[in-house]
Amino acid sequence: MQLSTRKVLDRSFSGLGMVSIVLVTCSLVVFLAPIVWKGFQAFCFRGTIEYRRVMLDQFDRGNAARIEKEADRARAARQPLYDMLEQFEEQLKQDRSLRRKYRRPLRELKMRITGLLGPAPGEPQRVLIREQYGQTRWDRARVKLQDVLYKVSYDYSDPSVPGIKVQTPRAEDFKGTSLESLFAYLEEHVEEMLQPRRTVYWRFLFDKSMDAHFFGGIWPEMLGTLYLTLGAILFAVPTGVISAIYLVEYAGQGRLIGLLRTCISTLAGVPSIVFGLFGLAFFINAVHVSESKSVLAGSLTLAVLILPVVIRASEEAIRAVPLTYKEAALSLGAGKWRTIITVVLPAALPGILTGIVISMGRAAGETAPIIFTAAVSVGQPLAVLDTLSQPTPALPWNIYNLATEHEAVDEIRHVQYGMVLTLVGLVLLLNLGAIFLRARISRKLKG
Amino acid sequence: MTKAVSNLIRKPKVLAEDVSERQEEGLPSHVQAEAFSVFYGSNEAVKKVSFGTPTGLVTAIIGPSGCGKSTFLRAINRMNDLIPHCTTGGKLIFDDVSIYGPQIDVVSLRRRVGMVFQKPNPFPKTIYDNVAYGPRLHGVKNKRELDEIVEQALHRAALWDEVSDRLSQNALGLSGGQQQRLCIARALAVDPEILLMDEPTSALDPRSTSRIEDLIAELRGRYTIIIVTHNMQQAARVSDFTAFLYEGNLIEFGKTLQLFQNPSEKQTEDYITGRFG
Repeated sequence: MQLSTRKVLDRSFSGLGMVSIVLVTCSLVVFLAPIVWKGFQAFCFRGTIEYRRVMLDQFDRGNAARIEKEADRARAARQPLYDMLEQFEEQLKQDRSLRRKYRRPLRELKMRITGLLGPAPGEPQRVLIREQYGQTRWDRARVKLQDVLYKVSYDYSDPSVPGIKVQTPRAEDFKGTSLESLFAYLEEHVEEMLQPRRTVYWRFLFDKSMDAHFFGGIWPEMLGTLYLTLGAILFAVPTGVISAIYLVEYAGQGRLIGLLRTCISTLAGVPSIVFGLFGLAFFINAVHVSESKSVLAGSLTLAVLILPVVIRASEEAIRAVPLTYKEAALSLGAGKWRTIITVVLPAALPGILTGIVISMGRAAGETAPIIFTAAVSVGQPLAVLDTLSQPTPALPWNIYNLATEHEAVDEIRHVQYGMVLTLVGLVLLLNLGAIFLRARISRKLKG
Repeated sequence: MTKAVSNLIRKPKVLAEDVSERQEEGLPSHVQAEAFSVFYGSNEAVKKVSFGTPTGLVTAIIGPSGCGKSTFLRAINRMNDLIPHCTTGGKLIFDDVSIYGPQIDVVSLRRRVGMVFQKPNPFPKTIYDNVAYGPRLHGVKNKRELDEIVEQALHRAALWDEVSDRLSQNALGLSGGQQQRLCIARALAVDPEILLMDEPTSALDPRSTSRIEDLIAELRGRYTIIIVTHNMQQAARVSDFTAFLYEGNLIEFGKTLQLFQNPSEKQTEDYITGRFG
């Protein structure tokens, strides 16, 4: 081959490499940017006076006097609105035909306004906490404001396309009445009514959730995920490493051992939902590690799930330890077991840690195995001993739960994104910790 | 390096003559092979060799690659046990006990028979921990005692002056020659009776090689040393006795000076004059 051809080939290969790196980076950014940006909004947003009232009432946080003053100002701004409504209702009471015409639109309007600002003064106390307050976040309030100002209907006149969304100003419903001016007033004074302010809610991570995640944070979920992950590692690592030692150092090449190796490889490919059902059937129904779902049962199930990866990685790492280390230890009179403990395992540790890192991320993020064995959608943060018998919420399960089963998921998307970001961050943090540890050990080994 | 030692190294004859003058025939053997064979499966790598390595002296085993010299050496501390399907025949006696007999305790055998390998193989631990590995293994826990053993072993391996101020650094940071001397120190730290050296300088540069050879000369007398080498000058420089192996057979065994100057076998002569091998 000619030199020039070789050079061209060489250059095109490095170009190809660059292109693929750029592509990977781009897709990573495209994938991560929304997660980070939207998740970030769970922590940093413009909070309204309602948010501050929730914090004061439910979590006993904030300067009560100041919040009361702000609330007074908000109430003052809202009062004309409620006055207008009351005046209109008086009119309806006196005129039957008017009443017939405006009863339903008025009821809907009042419902929408309650959705935005919370219950009107003088209304009876609601049971659900979420109904006791107006919108706590300015971004959500803007959406609710649209609901007040506009009616949404669908136009089905053209049968060949799906219904077309039509927004009509709600003001048209009340044309010619005293209420017509309410909409302009509301639009103009909504900021005064809600008093939005820049808010940093870092305690989102460490607050318990309130009223099915409507308010508060995700501490029980985070703690649950940590328990489950660490529990899985606790069970899987000793078992996995000891199995790997046996497979490399003691097991021969027999047919049974070959079968065992095949089984381990196969185990790595079993769908995680199967592990979940296995965990339910075996750990809970057959062995009775706990009465019902528990962190213990979930950890054990996750441990079985990650076991093949731990075994494989440890096996490779142990196999990669140079024979000369073993020879040196043996020639000094070390027994086989002492050689493994004092020389082989320390040298294999970075490789074993790599396996642990990978499986830790997997265990933290798995949903299916914990559905039947450990996860509940709402729960308290558990004490360490309670993990033996109590189920727990956990980030992956609650993300799924919010996405599929929560009755008002649209209202609390930010919580869901906050959970996603936290889960990603948590896995990253666990990995970084393990990577740091591995780097330190490698440095110590390399000298 | 003492003057006497440097003389020995430059003039190998002096060493050999010195031995032949002091030692009579029929020296006590530390390791005695009697029709000893090693098989890899059905392949006989060492074929019924019989010779003894004299106590306290240096015995070199030379021969071309694949002649079974390393196999023989590794049979002495049973390192061949690591190789599957490796079996032995005949007898190999160490201090009146058969190495492959039923009474042998392999761990205590290896404690008494130290080994230095072809490539320096310090553990990826600190210099101190490398040397202290053996003593710790055999139950020395006292810190002061350990310190003493480590220092003494490093002194004997002529490494103390170079590493005394960095005992807690990783051994892999040392140069190749230093690493090999560290391995010697590690082997000496368990106070063995025999030191097996499997081509200890083949991975080292000439300077480091000459330092190791100096060291062998210094250790001579205190330990029985058996060294495998395919550097014939080295064998001539450092050893008192030499065994020449070819294709698993012992061709000739005798005093080094005699074997190199006046070999009794044609094959030996051909090999040491470089006609083959």
